[in-house]
Amino acid sequence: MHIPDGYLSPSTCAVLYGAAAPFWYTALRRTKAALMTRVVPLLAVMAALSFIIMMFNVPLPGGTTGHAVGMGISSIILGPWASILAISIALAIQALFFGDGGITTLGANCFNMAIVGSLAAYVIYRLASGRAALTSSRRVMAAALAGYIAINVSALCAAVEFGIQPVFFKDPTGAPLYAPYPLRITLPAMMIGHLTFAGLAELVLTAGVVAYLQRTNPALLKVSAPGAIIAEEEEREAAAGTGAWRPVRPLWAALALLLVLTPLGILAAGTAWGEWSARDFSSPQQREKIAEASRHFAPPVQAPSGLRRLAAIWTAPFPQYAPTFVRRPAVGYVLSAMFGVGAVIFVSLLAGALAARARGKPYELS
Amino acid sequence: MQLARAANPMNFLEKTLAGFFRLVEHALDAEDIAKTRGFLQCLDPRIKFVGIAGLVVATAMVHKLWTIGMIFAVALALGAASRVSPLLLGKRVWVPVLLFTGVIALPAPFVTPGRVVCHLPGLGWPLTAQGLMSASYLVARVETAATLTVLLILSTPWIHVLKALRVLHVPALVVVIIGMAYRYIFLLLDNARDMLESRRSRMVGEMAGADYRRLAAASVGVLLSRTVHLGGEVYSAMLARGFEGEVYLLDDFRTRALDWIMLGFFAALAAAAIYYGK
Repeated sequence: MHIPDGYLSPSTCAVLYGAAAPFWYTALRRTKAALMTRVVPLLAVMAALSFIIMMFNVPLPGGTTGHAVGMGISSIILGPWASILAISIALAIQALFFGDGGITTLGANCFNMAIVGSLAAYVIYRLASGRAALTSSRRVMAAALAGYIAINVSALCAAVEFGIQPVFFKDPTGAPLYAPYPLRITLPAMMIGHLTFAGLAELVLTAGVVAYLQRTNPALLKVSAPGAIIAEEEEREAAAGTGAWRPVRPLWAALALLLVLTPLGILAAGTAWGEWSARDFSSPQQREKIAEASRHFAPPVQAPSGLRRLAAIWTAPFPQYAPTFVRRPAVGYVLSAMFGVGAVIFVSLLAGALAARARGKPYELS
Repeated sequence: MQLARAANPMNFLEKTLAGFFRLVEHALDAEDIAKTRGFLQCLDPRIKFVGIAGLVVATAMVHKLWTIGMIFAVALALGAASRVSPLLLGKRVWVPVLLFTGVIALPAPFVTPGRVVCHLPGLGWPLTAQGLMSASYLVARVETAATLTVLLILSTPWIHVLKALRVLHVPALVVVIIGMAYRYIFLLLDNARDMLESRRSRMVGEMAGADYRRLAAASVGVLLSRTVHLGGEVYSAMLARGFEGEVYLLDDFRTRALDWIMLGFFAALAAAAIYYGK
């Protein structure tokens, strides 16, 4: 994603330098205020680390490898502002000392990867991790999501920058002067590669490093987890039905409400198209409804033979959500809903218990 | 020790280590060439930085191929006068750029709308004049700009490149951080290389993909912990030497007549290219 010189017009480069400047200024001010005199050594070593992270080949499923930018892990460890500076400095070193990425396009590269990438990664990580404990597996998932989305948002910015070049910058014959492809080509070309390989590399590295730090040095994860509860507190609150799992409670309440409201289905007029039984074809009232739902095409006189044969294989215990032992349809609806939800919960618990047994750990209900 | 699966000669460890070695090799090459007595090496780094950066900007601004070619010819002449071998430029710049940008530019003649000049034999795809021109612009611009940038890097000690940034009014604090970061890159690179080498020396055959992923994440995690620790130690060392948060740079460059002549030459060349390349 390092854009070399020559791909973007000078005016695009100038605009992106201009767009990056206020972020650099704010990042420097905020980082200096937070780190005081530590800003110089800490940013220097973290920029060096960002540089090294970009050199790591990350093995991907399928036998290939990819490079990560490290925007996800950098934002999680340093916070967004210090991450903007660390990655920008790493990109400047790559351009100035190793010729990787252009000098005129340095502003664009910093804007895409350091600024947009860091901010996107931080926001997604904070939203997805919530108040989960530093050692919670939810943080690993949040880190994976943050890294994956951040690199894709950065790639999207680069794709747009490439894609607008032929619209605005052409020579008198109409030949594009810089990146030659329009948005309809640059968007899929950039995004396919990043949604698959590069995104996966960022996902694997960000989640892997967070999981590793949870085991060895969770204190490093504190910067991006100001409201995190400690692990013991999380367990206690989970046992009491409060805390990090509290958001699940409204879901249970909503589920109960939906169960109670299931008889509303009786009020629905007409029939669902295609959900007919073999018997419906021999009932004049049902035939009328089928025709009405099929733009007045008359249904066949008899149920199709295949439908008749297959319908006989299995008879549902609660046909039409109306158990035979219940006279009132509303009660039948509620009972059917309870049975369905109960079956889903039972299967989920069973699958969880089997998975826990396969991992060799006791299964705990949250 | 890991048990063997299928042997893969270019696995994650090999690729990452190869990247590390390549980086060190490039840095050493640059230091060696910067020490030789050549034309660009003699120039004041500030003049050289501004002049070459100006040529890169001019390369991006011009709208005619021959003007890009003219700047490229000057870059070649500067390289020859500065004892930068065309072989090294070919290996470091021309071939990699041609492979990367060339592949990107390859479909342009087929997808860019315009006057059809011929059809691809066998497939019958139309090639447009505008598409061919566009691909040529892209490759020529990227080759020229990359050659100029690498000439700057190879002919200037990195510490002088840093000080030259001050003429662009980059804050001294940022210059110092970039300088320190550059030094620590090689320290961390040593750390990372030792870590991966020691792991490789204990391996027989190939690991499974998931194990490689865990190893990559753990390596970065270890490096991260060490880096944070290192940051604390460096800070303590700086405090012990009287650091109070203010940074100063010694500006010991002296310009000579040749520097000003060359600045005039770079400026005139860039201006002429932009004027005639409109």
